[in-house]
Amino acid sequence: MYVAHLSLTDFRSYDTADLGLEPGVTAFVGPNGQGKTNLVEALGYVATQSSHRVATDAPLVRHGAARAIVRCVVVRDDRRALVELEINPGKANRARLNRSPISRARDAVGLLRTVLFAPEDLAMVKGDPSERRRYLDDLLVARTPRFAGVRADYDRVLKQRGALLRTAAQARRGGRSGRRAENDAGFAAAGAGDPLSTLEVWDAHLARYGAELLAARLELVEALRPLVAASYAALAPDSAPAGLVYRGTLPGDAPDAGDGEGAADTGHGADPADRSVLEKRLREALAEVRSAELERGVTLVGPHRDDLFLGLGDLPARGYASHGESWSFALALRLAAYDLLRADGGDPVLILDDVFAELDSRRRRRLAEIVAPAEQVLITAAVPADVPPELAGARFDVTEGSVGRVR
Amino acid sequence: MYEGVLQNLIDELGMLPGVGPKSAQRIAFHLLAAEPADVKRLAHALLEVKDKVRFCRVCGNVAAEEECRICRDTRRDTHVICVVEESKDVVAIEKTREFRGRYHVLGGAISPIDGVGPDDLRIRELMTRLADGRVTELIIATDPNLEGEATATYLARLVKPMGLKVTRLASGLPVGGDLEYADEVTLGRAFEGRRLLDV
Ligand SMILES: Nc1ncnc2c1ncn2[C@@H]1O[C@H](COP(=O)(O)OP(=O)(O)O)[C@@H](O)[C@H]1O
Ligand SMILES: [Mg+2]
Ligand SMILES: [Zn+2]
Repeated sequence: MYVAHLSLTDFRSYDTADLGLEPGVTAFVGPNGQGKTNLVEALGYVATQSSHRVATDAPLVRHGAARAIVRCVVVRDDRRALVELEINPGKANRARLNRSPISRARDAVGLLRTVLFAPEDLAMVKGDPSERRRYLDDLLVARTPRFAGVRADYDRVLKQRGALLRTAAQARRGGRSGRRAENDAGFAAAGAGDPLSTLEVWDAHLARYGAELLAARLELVEALRPLVAASYAALAPDSAPAGLVYRGTLPGDAPDAGDGEGAADTGHGADPADRSVLEKRLREALAEVRSAELERGVTLVGPHRDDLFLGLGDLPARGYASHGESWSFALALRLAAYDLLRADGGDPVLILDDVFAELDSRRRRRLAEIVAPAEQVLITAAVPADVPPELAGARFDVTEGSVGRVR
Repeated sequence: MYEGVLQNLIDELGMLPGVGPKSAQRIAFHLLAAEPADVKRLAHALLEVKDKVRFCRVCGNVAAEEECRICRDTRRDTHVICVVEESKDVVAIEKTREFRGRYHVLGGAISPIDGVGPDDLRIRELMTRLADGRVTELIIATDPNLEGEATATYLARLVKPMGLKVTRLASGLPVGGDLEYADEVTLGRAFEGRRLLDV
């Protein structure tokens, strides 16, 4: 697929922008702070309805404006679709497809598919587990948009359960039982006045959505493992092989559970991705940590605390890999995502935001060779020299918020 | 901004659910242009509703008397109770004409974030209604969102020892939504296809 047209209203630094695009390579060139990333960020937002740079939507709306609008024409198998998104921070977004409203904006996720490489990607290798969870979950949603709902439900259960645990923890500390005097025998016997009487209900829901998310992540990691290894080897042929292991907070039945990490990789059981088994194990695990949870007021097991372990040979990448190796790993993760999405059908749009400047000449060349055949590649760079010769194509100059085609 | 009294009215209207500033202004100017008798009737209706409408002492539905129209209707099946979150859900279900039993209005759903637990809902009253063993089926028609599901699970567990049949509306309702927004056909189908809640 490719984007044939992009137009912005009050998005980031742009009051308006309007540009026609073509398949093949297009570079946006201009000094820093001129609005190059803002352009490609808009496309990434249409694809995922989240930004690769910020967690909330408010910064996406031009300072002083109430809402931002991103419109783009997506061409897939010669069919054109006009996707329009109105970004309303703090409220529900609105979306239209070919000028008809879509009842839930979230259902517009996936109409455009992108894989975005950015300087921030290094955090997937060097940063917290949350960066790697986000990588997995975003890819899950891109492949199966339904998972946006599963993840939202899971997050909501976590919030509800957290609120309940905190109330219970407070009641404990305050020495109150949190329980009202009851006359109704049945009601009181069921412990209805106790804040904990509903905890089991939230446990059940946490386990249900958690197992769904976990099963999908485990399956995804299996699919990614050979692709990441291959991409990494292509980018850094002399380095030790790259490996992925899903590190769950579930106490494992895995053979290497005793590696002293305290948590086992859930990637090895008999049938690790069996949802009903995972659901049962999550519930058991919750029961085991209950008293610790009541002490701390947070949910201690579940996919929200898991990690994707990245290894180079026998060593973890985090803390051990060189800067260059870390970059290769980050690129390999994105390239693997690209491979998977492409195998699902429909070549996603590749976006390379300011990444070539970060790479040495050998990695630059290899990356350029790998991405060159893609249906559409959009590149941002501060100077023309940062665009590898293998990726010569159309060029726009971006200066002070004006975007003009020069080639 | 308009002159004091007019702006007051716009502000008051703007506080109503689903009424934004623009609609509030439109309604205010409509009232300004309307016949005095029409406006008086509206004002009277507003005051009367606060004065006369109360909540049914049996099921918690809105009622003009001690008990609501449905609880007083002797033709309704007393063996089935349909549990809903709000009175407006009763209206939505009545429209489907699928259900001939009685209701129980909880007054919301369990939501720790909002500080709503079982104690804050009319669950104790429901248990009292179930105590004599006359009711044989409980249909839980809370909203098809997370809080509605949690409330359903909680209730199903609570009444489990009583050995009655507990059912939940069939899926097919727009997930994450409100019962009241489901169209009659969908809601009617969800009623017909209700499934046993196994907890
Ligand atoms: N919400 C916003 N309103 C107005 N200007 C913004 C907004 N968000 C970012 N900017 C401006 O956009 C510029 C950064 O644009 P960006 O696309 O990141 O630059 P680059 O060309 O280096 O990629 C900065 O000057 C910043 O002040
Ligand atoms: Mg930039
Ligand atoms: Zn009644």
